[in-house]
Amino acid sequence: MYSLFQFVILLLLISDLVVLWSGRILMLIRLSALQGMLLAALLLLPINGHLDGEHIFLACAVFALKGIGFPVFLRRVSHKLGIEPMVRVRLGRFFPLLAGLACLAFSMLLENRIAEALGLFPHMLLPVALTTLFTGLIVVVNCAKALTQVIGYLVAENGIFILGIPLMTEGSMWFELSILLDVFAAIFVMAIAINHINSAFSSIDLAHFRNLRD
Amino acid sequence: MNIFLLALLLMAAGAVATGIIAIRPVTAASNRTANALGPGTAALACLLGLIGVFSGGWTSIESFQTAWGLPFGALAFGLDPLSRLFLLPVFVLGLSCALAGSISLRHTDPEEHNLGAHWAFYLILLLGMTCVMTARDGIFFMLSWELMSLSPFFLIDFNDRDRNVQDASWVYLVAAHLGAVFLIAFFAMLWQQNGTTLFAAMTVEAPAHATLLFLCAFIGFGAKAGLAPLHVWLPEAHPAAPSHVSALLSGAMLNAGLYGIIRSFDLLGPMQEHPAWWGWLLVGVGIVTALMGILKALGQSHLKRLLAYSSVENMGLMVMAAGVGLVGVQNGIAWIAALGFSGCLFHMLNHSAFKGLLFLCAGEVLHSTGTVDMTKLGGLQKRMPMLGMLFALGAASIACLPPFNGFAGEFVISLSLVKGLYLHGLEQKIAMLVTLVGLMLVSGISAFVYLKAYGMTFLGQPRSQFAEAPHAPENRLLLPLCLPAALCVVGGLGAKFVFQMIQPTIAFIPVMPKSLLGIAQDVVISGTSSLLGNISLFGIFGILLVAGAAYLRRILLGRKEVKRGPTWGCGYQYGTPRIQYTPASFVEPAARIFGNVIGTETKPQIDESYFPQKSSFGVSAPDVVRGKFYTPLFEKILDACNALKVFQSGVVNTYILYIIVTLIALLFWGVA
Repeated sequence: MYSLFQFVILLLLISDLVVLWSGRILMLIRLSALQGMLLAALLLLPINGHLDGEHIFLACAVFALKGIGFPVFLRRVSHKLGIEPMVRVRLGRFFPLLAGLACLAFSMLLENRIAEALGLFPHMLLPVALTTLFTGLIVVVNCAKALTQVIGYLVAENGIFILGIPLMTEGSMWFELSILLDVFAAIFVMAIAINHINSAFSSIDLAHFRNLRD
Repeated sequence: MNIFLLALLLMAAGAVATGIIAIRPVTAASNRTANALGPGTAALACLLGLIGVFSGGWTSIESFQTAWGLPFGALAFGLDPLSRLFLLPVFVLGLSCALAGSISLRHTDPEEHNLGAHWAFYLILLLGMTCVMTARDGIFFMLSWELMSLSPFFLIDFNDRDRNVQDASWVYLVAAHLGAVFLIAFFAMLWQQNGTTLFAAMTVEAPAHATLLFLCAFIGFGAKAGLAPLHVWLPEAHPAAPSHVSALLSGAMLNAGLYGIIRSFDLLGPMQEHPAWWGWLLVGVGIVTALMGILKALGQSHLKRLLAYSSVENMGLMVMAAGVGLVGVQNGIAWIAALGFSGCLFHMLNHSAFKGLLFLCAGEVLHSTGTVDMTKLGGLQKRMPMLGMLFALGAASIACLPPFNGFAGEFVISLSLVKGLYLHGLEQKIAMLVTLVGLMLVSGISAFVYLKAYGMTFLGQPRSQFAEAPHAPENRLLLPLCLPAALCVVGGLGAKFVFQMIQPTIAFIPVMPKSLLGIAQDVVISGTSSLLGNISLFGIFGILLVAGAAYLRRILLGRKEVKRGPTWGCGYQYGTPRIQYTPASFVEPAARIFGNVIGTETKPQIDESYFPQKSSFGVSAPDVVRGKFYTPLFEKILDACNALKVFQSGVVNTYILYIIVTLIALLFWGVA
């Protein structure tokens, strides 16, 4: 069970790196779907070997929303807006990947400093969680279009979710579910906002927002 | 207490009602409704408030406290002799200014002004001032203070199309909030030390860091009172605001600063344990403020700006007198302590009466001639005799001419200083004498200033077509002005009774130790009040003499033909208003003498050749503190803020990058 847990974590890490390298919007959406499914799998592989109803229920919810719901929704939005298939980036593809690796190294350093003391996180969970979080933020910084920002936000939120998994105690399912609902609402609102921005500016390029500053 | 609470509720209800009118489209009808409803409610609430202040006995202490749903603080009101005394100007001027304002705004153009909003903020200001004077909880006090500080911003900004008015209201807002920062620090420190925000629970013993607390209170409340160098908002805000607002701000709101200083003494424990320089700081700042204020007033040709600087002067005198009282307490001399505080509170009441009256008169001048620039006025006494008489009365009072109230107040302050020779140590004796000399100088210059204000505005011949044919107000429209005018006379002729009315407050304020109080009541108070009684008798005699002489003159001249010549005719066949003194030439000698001290600038352009060409002379008194200190300081701050704009790129991606950098830096900091 433990090795399977580690394997899923490793898959998450690889998916992060692919997110940083990938240049296609559809690919990014698929990767976010993959991450959602991997999160659900992580929930089904509890660290202490004990699987209860709450975990299963939460795993189903995560799978349904992050694995299927959001990606399908994002894909429909991108279809509707008719966005060009390639991601327009600001810093190229090499620097983000390098930044992601630097974040991974930094997270591992952090794991040595704090995770041992806490004794809560299984090996590699903290670095992967933080790397996922940073990956999401890097995507937000790097990409020029508003839709990719939503995907970046989703990935960053996945990182926070991974951080929360070992901290789940009895009854915290409602807490996690409410966060999930929050993310759901955020994605929904962002998609609607993008739609409006598209109709107002005839583009969702963030550079246009520059005009809005004072 | 119930009547008083009813007055508060009425103010709040009036503010809501006029606020509702304000948010609806402005029409002539809505402005008329607001202009009747707002002042009506304000006047009624002030009358109720006055009844509430006097009900239950002048000396009694009443309180009302209830929870208010916030996790801290409480809705705690209290009426004690100190609050009652400070509420008098609020309600009297609140009433008088509401009526005068209603009259002056009755022809307002609905296209330009929303009277609903104006009266809503007026009522909020009244509510805020009343709550400040009666709050008995730190949090509630600060909330009321903010209410009182914010609403004048909107009142000053009444003529908001004028660029100068906009600037003035912003200067006011910034000054008010810089002061509030110190007050928040003051109450937060007290809260931290006592674990409660109720005043009653804070007064037990001297707090730690008492000096820091004292300085915070002094700066915070001093900024509101207009003490130098924090006075800069006053000469901007008062001329910009409508006159009834200026009158209320100057006559009642400035007192809140003085009230705060005296009330904060309660929270700092027994004064004898604190360093002696506290009292001297108040005296020093007070007398410097007074001198600066009156010398600046001297150089003004704008009537309302002159009055504003005169307010700075009077607040300085009050704070000086409070400081003298404090010095008396710290040295254990009952005479100085009792008369210092009495003089401070007496002058506070007097100042509210005559400054309210003078601002309202200035408003009438502005209304009837369209200007308050004294270089364009003159000769209004003949054209508006009633208004001229009221202004003359106010000017005589503020210039400390007996038998009016200004004289009585400053007389008590001078009496307190006279006993300065009984203080311990030569330096204290000398300092007290220097203060006395300063007070005399201030009084003398103030007489000169008001001679100028009255003379240039009302006497002589009109200097422009503005003053030539003013729209003279009907006498009945001047009725609201008669209330403060009557108080000026009553405060002078009944000085003994007003002085005795202040004594319960002196006995109440904890800063006065009970040991001194006994001595004070036996000797000082009774002696001074009988002295004031005698002065009043002389005053009454003097008034009767003048009235008799005037009557005699009338009888003697009654049967003869009286020929009237132009003022300043002086035998010239073709007299012209231009041969009169101008405001600048009138003060020229004084401006030359004091120019180096306060930065008064004289601009003579006099051609001394055999065939004189065009000559001119001007005096201006720019505010040195503002020009040389605040303006460069705020420009530096603006530059620093603008330099930070490099971070505000407008690119969302960059902002997220800042978040990442901050996050990583915090993580580093956390584990390092």
